[in-house]
Amino acid sequence: MDLIFEPWPWYVAGPLIALIMFLLIFIGKQFGMSSNLRTFCTMCGADKTADFFNFDWKAQRWNLVVVVGAALGGFIGAHLLSNDVAVAINPETISSLKELGFNSAGSAYLPDELFSLEALTSVKSLSLLLIGGLLIGFGARYAGGCTSGHAISGLSNLQLPSLIAVIGFFAGGLFMVHVLFPLIF
Amino acid sequence: MYKSEAASWFRIYEMFNFQSFHMYGIIGSALVIGIIGVQLIKRNNVKSFYGEPIRFVPKERGFTRYMVGGTIFGLGWALAGSCPGPIYTLIGAGYVSIIVVLIGAILGTFLYGLLQKKLPH
Repeated sequence: MDLIFEPWPWYVAGPLIALIMFLLIFIGKQFGMSSNLRTFCTMCGADKTADFFNFDWKAQRWNLVVVVGAALGGFIGAHLLSNDVAVAINPETISSLKELGFNSAGSAYLPDELFSLEALTSVKSLSLLLIGGLLIGFGARYAGGCTSGHAISGLSNLQLPSLIAVIGFFAGGLFMVHVLFPLIF
Repeated sequence: MYKSEAASWFRIYEMFNFQSFHMYGIIGSALVIGIIGVQLIKRNNVKSFYGEPIRFVPKERGFTRYMVGGTIFGLGWALAGSCPGPIYTLIGAGYVSIIVVLIGAILGTFLYGLLQKKLPH
């Protein structure tokens, strides 16, 4: 039983992700989380401003169920199945993060410097979260998918466009972490 | 997502520093099983739960949108430390600030919708 309360290893999580993808395939759907962002836009009336949002969002309701499931899973995982929030990352990663000013590295699930309630009152961390979100939403739709739609679903079906997108994901991520982080933090 | 720490900003940072196998193991094992499963479904014409044939929609061909869009997404993924799925996991786990990321992501999607026809694809 204790094993459930420990962080789950990759060889449990990876196959579970594949299982979710196959469950969706077997009910005739496709695994892709960022599509929900478009659904939200349409639900808020964005179909009146751009053709891109002019689609039958109700046909996408099944994907909103996946969203609710992800949130429920987060609640259960965090509040019922965990004793400790600390993420045991590589000690080298911890020391490089501390040099950047992330003192919560190694003792928290998310960095306090960006995600704590106090950080919400700082213009800098608030704008970084907002900009991060903007880039995620814009980039995912421009690329036609995110980690689930391209890196998992698309690559599973050996799609070249997905491989290009995943190379882009890493190009962007590496540039952010290695070039921009030292300038931002 | 939560229990494997794939929703943790720290794990994403560590991944982009190549200092742990963890995230690569998660994505890699999901992918290996995914590729084998998709091939099995295709070769054996496996039907869905409703008895219908399973269709895999190929991604549209192209380069610019995938490379540029992918890079923009990657910048955000590394900065916010979360991709579109784990955002909801973190909301469920009770991290209020991630809602700012969600609002940003919805705005970003909206912005794309407005500019779609002007962007190279």
